[in-house]
Formats: sequence, C-alpha cells, structure tokens
Amino acid sequence: MAVLELTNISKHFGAIQAVNDVSLAIEPGQVVGLMGDNGAGKSTLVKMIAGNFPPSHGTMRMDDRELILHKPAEARQHGIEIVHQDLALCNNLTAAANVYLGRELRRGVGPFRILDYAAMYKRAGQLFAELKSETRPRDLVKQMSGGQRQAVAIARTMLSQAKIVLMDEPTAAISVRQVAEVLNLIRHLRDQGIAVVLISHRMPDVFDVADRVIVMRRGRKVADKQIASSSPEEVTGLITGAIEQAA
Amino acid sequence: MAVTLDQTIAQKQHTFLSRMFSSQTFWVVIAVILACVFLSFATDAFATSKNLYNITRNVTFVAIVALGMTFVIITGGIDLSVGSVLCLCSMVLAVTMHAGYSIEIGILASVVTALVIGGFNGVLIAYLGFPPFVVTLGMLSIARSLAMVASNNTVVFQFGPDHDKLLALGGGAWVFGIANPVLYMIILALITGFILRWTKFGRHIFAIGGNEHAATLTGVPVKQIKVAVYMISALSAGIAGIIQTGWLGAVTTNLGTGMELQVIAATVIGGANLAGGVGTAFGAIVGAALIEVIRNSLGLLGINAFWQGTFIGGAILLAVLFDRIRNFRRSD
Repeated sequence: MAVLELTNISKHFGAIQAVNDVSLAIEPGQVVGLMGDNGAGKSTLVKMIAGNFPPSHGTMRMDDRELILHKPAEARQHGIEIVHQDLALCNNLTAAANVYLGRELRRGVGPFRILDYAAMYKRAGQLFAELKSETRPRDLVKQMSGGQRQAVAIARTMLSQAKIVLMDEPTAAISVRQVAEVLNLIRHLRDQGIAVVLISHRMPDVFDVADRVIVMRRGRKVADKQIASSSPEEVTGLITGAIEQAA
Repeated sequence: MAVTLDQTIAQKQHTFLSRMFSSQTFWVVIAVILACVFLSFATDAFATSKNLYNITRNVTFVAIVALGMTFVIITGGIDLSVGSVLCLCSMVLAVTMHAGYSIEIGILASVVTALVIGGFNGVLIAYLGFPPFVVTLGMLSIARSLAMVASNNTVVFQFGPDHDKLLALGGGAWVFGIANPVLYMIILALITGFILRWTKFGRHIFAIGGNEHAATLTGVPVKQIKVAVYMISALSAGIAGIIQTGWLGAVTTNLGTGMELQVIAATVIGGANLAGGVGTAFGAIVGAALIEVIRNSLGLLGINAFWQGTFIGGAILLAVLFDRIRNFRRSD
C-alpha cells in the first residue's frame, strides 16, 4: 500500500501553471528521485506535500486517508518530515538544540517545566550513532562540516515516527566525501521503512541511491520508472525535453 | 585503542574552563575586578561603603533595562525606545499617584503602559514587518512626547497619600543594608538568566536570533515571541522607571534621555551580539557595571568629566575587539 498518493494534483499561481495534473504514489521504504530542471515544478510539488500551500486541484491521500494540510506543522503531525535545502539550522545552537528545535523536551510539572538538557543530549547522541555520523550533540552547529550539518537536519526527521522524508537538494554544495555520507544517511532511513523523496539535480546521486525516478518538465510528470530500467542518458533527455515522454 | 563512534559522540569538546576563558563576559568581569582593585589603592574614596553603595545603585537602572534589552538583542532586534518608555512609565506612575490614587494603582497603570507600548512595537515589527530600528526610533519620540503631555511638562515630586511608600520602595535598603534597587536587579537578573537558559521560550529566542527562517520552518512561533520580547524590553524599562521614581523622589520629562545608548552599550560590552543569537543576563549586568565603574573612577581620579564618553566608547570598542580577535582565530 502506498504511504503517500497524489491524484491529479495541480497548482497554479495566477496565470502560471506550476504543477499540472500530477499523479504519483510512494511506497514505504522506497527512495524516489524527483528530478527536473529549474522551474519544472519540483519545489511546488514538495511544498504542497509539506503543507506550505494547498493544491489548486486534486487530492492527496496518506495511508488511504485524505490528507488536507493547512500549515507545515500539520504535515509533521502526519509523519511528513522535510529536510530543507538550506537545512534550516541555527548556527548559534548546539546540535542537540537544533535536532529538537520547535519540539524541545521538558521536565517538571504543570507550568514549572524546564528544558531537559540531559535527555535531549542523550537522544540526539543515539540518533547520530544510528546515522553513523561523528556528530557531538553538545557542539555548536557553527563549527560543523557539511556532512555533520546534514546529519543534524536528518536526525530531526527521526525524532518522531516519520513515514516519509522529503529532502530538497541535500547533496548540493558539499564535498564528495560528504555526499557519500548523505547517501548513506538516506539508505539508513530507507532501511527503517521510511519513504524518502530525494529532490536533486545530481544524476549520479539519484542513480546511486534511488529505487525509482520521477522526472518533471514544465509542471508535468513525464517519467516515473524504476532506476534499473532507465539510464542517466534517458533521464537527461527527459529533463531537457529531448525525449518527450518516457517509453 | 580504536576510538569508537559512541565515544566520539559522547566526547565533550569544551571543558567548563575553556568555555569560560573564551567568553567575552569573563574578560569584562576581570576588567571590572582589576579596575576596582586598582581604584582601591589609587584613591581613598573608592573603597568606602558610601561610594560602593552609590556605584551599585547607579548600575541598577541601566542594568535592569539592559536585562530586557538582552532579550531583544538576542533575537537580532533593537529597542531604541527604552529611555523614553522609562520616562513615560515614571510619569504615568507619578501623575496617577499625584492624583490621589494608591501606589498599587500607580504601579499597575505604569506596567500596563509599558506592556501596551512594547506590544505596539512588537506587533509592528513582527506582524507588519517594520524594521525594529525605525519602529523603536519612532516610539522614542512618541513616548517622551506623551510623558510631556501627561505631566504638562512639569516636575512631579508629590505622590499623594502613598508618597512615603514609593520613596521607601526605591530609596530604602530593606535587606542587609543593600539598596533596594540592587535587590530588584539581582532578582530580575536571576529570572532573566533562568528564562534564557532553562525555558523553551528562551531557547526559541536564541533560535530566532540564529536563523529566523529556520525557526519558522521548524514550527517556532516566531511572531508571537518577537512581540513578547519587545513587551519584556518595555516592561524592564517600566520597572526601572518605577524604581527610579522612588529613588529620585521626583520625575522630570528628561528622565532617561540618552539611556538607550548606555543600555545597548552595556549589553554589547557584556557579550551580546547585535547581529543576534548571543547574549546573557550576567553579561548585561557586568557590562552596566563596567560602564559605571569607569564613570565613577574618572571622577575620583580627578579626570575631567568631558573624557567620560571617550573612555566608555573605548570600552565598547575594546570589548568587541576581543570578540573579533577570537573569531579571526577560529576562522583560521
């Protein structure tokens, strides 16, 4: 059963048709590469799933129930987690503080509740260990490498029982070694049965880690196929429009 | 022995000492202590109980407002209106009590005034996207003018039936001969420190100053918190105004003129960063103390008072210079 199913989703901003009649289904434990040129509608699609704005037409279903989102917090309650392109990290806070940002753990009773530093450090440390990332919960994010920063942003998605994680360009602007780290983090999420949507421009990353690739062009879905039955050449052709529609 | 992943993760990179030595606040404390030691030997008048009593009490008004300002500065904002708000709140208290109302009603009116002004600033900044500098600059002008309107630009020095209570509140020394304003400062500093370190609200304030966009994306109620910090800042100015009224025993409409700059200087000297994301309650107090010690010492050392601004300005630059040097080293 699909964890997330979009049916005939469209979005227009005034006269601009950003996403046009897109249907797709994402299975648990599957990594889906979402590719397309700038302005193809990838970000708009992801923002609808993230609850940033509602679709103009079409329906979203999650675990066979209709999904209506008014704001990002609701998406998170439904188990949809986003890793933003800029990672949304506060440099002046520790790794643990960033992981728990917006859902801090507290202890105490009634109105007398204080931050539970010990529990947050401990759990954040466990998450980094699970991710096999050498990231210390007490360190400031300011001092961290690109890979560690990714680990912090991804650890955030593991706090609650996420069903689907959307990652917006996670491998842009980081070093080769860090890209390998991030791809490992993605595999780790997949192994836990979490569906991952990887939005990327980087062909090698998608072909390395994804099970399926969806290509968008000018707001339409032009391909949706298993990685094994496609090739970088075909996907490039689909992105640029050299190939009109996937075979 | 191979280092396992778990050990790496559990490792603390900074010890308590290394953290202390790398903090600007620590070095400002050292500067204050050195200055005090030097002055005790260099002048006979410094280490007298009378002078120390004066210094501690003078520190408090700037320090209390600096505590509120710290919240605003951590979010990356600024509040230029505090001096005028202090004056307006003093005046509201004075006029209310002068009209024959009790001290409780006077204080209530004063606190409500502060919260309304802070809320007004905050709503314009958070919900309508006005730059904090402009909003609070406007309020600097408005609040002082309202104080003139409220008092018809006269000096108020008679506070009705509770006159003596008010003077005792600000001018007394109820515990161990420590001036009351100092006690209030210590209590407010402890509350501020607690909020910043131990509450979700405090954590979110730092998050907003570090990366407002990230805070929004992760579900931090950024707008509400911004309104709250400007209300806290105005409230701290209001509290300082109430205490100062009791201490001075009279209110004029030029009370707190130029105070905003001293307050901002105190927070910056104490280690807060105007770019946001950094600041402590202790730093605000220490910064205010350093400014007061400099002022006091110049007088005692017989240096012309015209030099005061130069020394205080120098202290601001020096404090920030330390911070820059540390950052240069880190970026190498």
